Amino acid sequence: MDEMEQVILDYVIDEYLEEEDEEEIGFDSPLISSGIVDSFSMVSLKTFLERKYNISIPDDKATPEAFDTVRNIAKVVREFTG
Amino acid sequence: MAYSNDARKFYQDELNGIKEAGVFKEERYIQSPQAADISVEYPEGAPTKEVINMCSNNYLGLSSHPEVIKASHEGLDSRGFGMSSVRFICGTQDIHRSLEEKLTKFLETEDTILFASCMDANAGVFEAIFDDRDVLIADRLVHASIVDGMRLCKALNESFKHLNMDHLEKKLQTYQDARFRCIVTDGVFSMDGDTAKLDEMVALAEKYDAMVFVDDSHSTGFLGKHGKGTHELKGVLGKIDIITTTLGKALGGASGGCVSGRKELVEMCRQRARPYLFSNAMPPVVVAASNKVMDIIMSTTERRDKLENNTKFWRKGLTEAGFDLREGDTPIVPIMLYNAKLSQDMSRDLYDEGIYAIGFFFPVVAKGQARIRTQISAAHDIEHLEKALAAFTKVGRKYDILGKGKNEIIEMYGL
Repeated sequence: MDEMEQVILDYVIDEYLEEEDEEEIGFDSPLISSGIVDSFSMVSLKTFLERKYNISIPDDKATPEAFDTVRNIAKVVREFTG
Repeated sequence: MAYSNDARKFYQDELNGIKEAGVFKEERYIQSPQAADISVEYPEGAPTKEVINMCSNNYLGLSSHPEVIKASHEGLDSRGFGMSSVRFICGTQDIHRSLEEKLTKFLETEDTILFASCMDANAGVFEAIFDDRDVLIADRLVHASIVDGMRLCKALNESFKHLNMDHLEKKLQTYQDARFRCIVTDGVFSMDGDTAKLDEMVALAEKYDAMVFVDDSHSTGFLGKHGKGTHELKGVLGKIDIITTTLGKALGGASGGCVSGRKELVEMCRQRARPYLFSNAMPPVVVAASNKVMDIIMSTTERRDKLENNTKFWRKGLTEAGFDLREGDTPIVPIMLYNAKLSQDMSRDLYDEGIYAIGFFFPVVAKGQARIRTQISAAHDIEHLEKALAAFTKVGRKYDILGKGKNEIIEMYGL
């Protein structure tokens, strides 16, 4: 676990889960294939990452597969933060 | 041959995949006008069966109303069959403009523009008005046509949790640096029958300098005291900047939609909305009949009042029978079953009992949220609803779900 992964996980929980949701998610929980995040609401996540880390993620890197877990999302972000 | 065997095999496999996933949609042939009682041929080739329709958008029962049919005949005789033109070349008749004016008056907006459908209105309106300097902040459960329209527009596509005003406020705060902000929502959400908090949205829009967009397709004609829609129900008439709605549901149900709202925004659609510029004008027969629909609903609230009473009767009856309903007070009444197969099995059994009601499951609704969605109409008489209630109760008893809540149903049938 590193700080970036924790920041992304906190954001995902706050942004996509409802208070009454009982499910718990972690760094390797599937987000998109499980239906927690859909392709429409995924834009919020991409925009958050771009603003937070002052980067621009091309659409072909922000695929549902690449964004399916917090750990994978952090990998994509690191590609652009260097 | 350009359509090669490989191509054919690919699409055959795709279609088989849809069938194997259990989400292949089949159409049932109705051999009567749209009404509370319909004759249905299903499956194909089977003898027709008389059933009570519990799943149409014919909320006001105007789809086959004698006065509407008469007006369509008159429109056909006086204005012809087709326009053979888009609106701005030679496709605008006096009756097109008069329908736009009636919609403006009814919805209490500044101006209105007709589209071939509300799908087209939603596909065209955002791109015509907003660009990459703007941000659209939509409820996450908005209709698919809004999602498509937003994607066609260069504005940033943002979203907030369903009906969650705190989350919306956070998003509005985040994007104070954009040129324009627009809150985007359905008035009534078609799968759950719940209603947008338009009063709170308008307050937030005023606080954070945002416009408000509402697709009121599932409420125009019957929600609010005069049936004007969600904005009347929530006390914000005149405060919604963009309303899109349909003529294909309560308002006669034939086809057509519109954008109604601030006059400059409507004019921008007339100049720039691609589905408006590049598709045919609405046919005169539909426009003439829709004019009559507007006359009817502006002269009396009788039909929306009947719909309201029917809805109360139906919700009360199902609740007393022990079904697990989505809360709400709209004519969309979902009976929650959670399990996809259960929704299909019950729908089939209801059909055997003479009730036409459809089960919905993923991907139309979220996983584990399968249901039978019932829709009430002013075309229903209490006798229809009593018969339907008896059938639902019989089928509900068969599956032993009466009086059971979410967890118990899931325990019995799984997700």
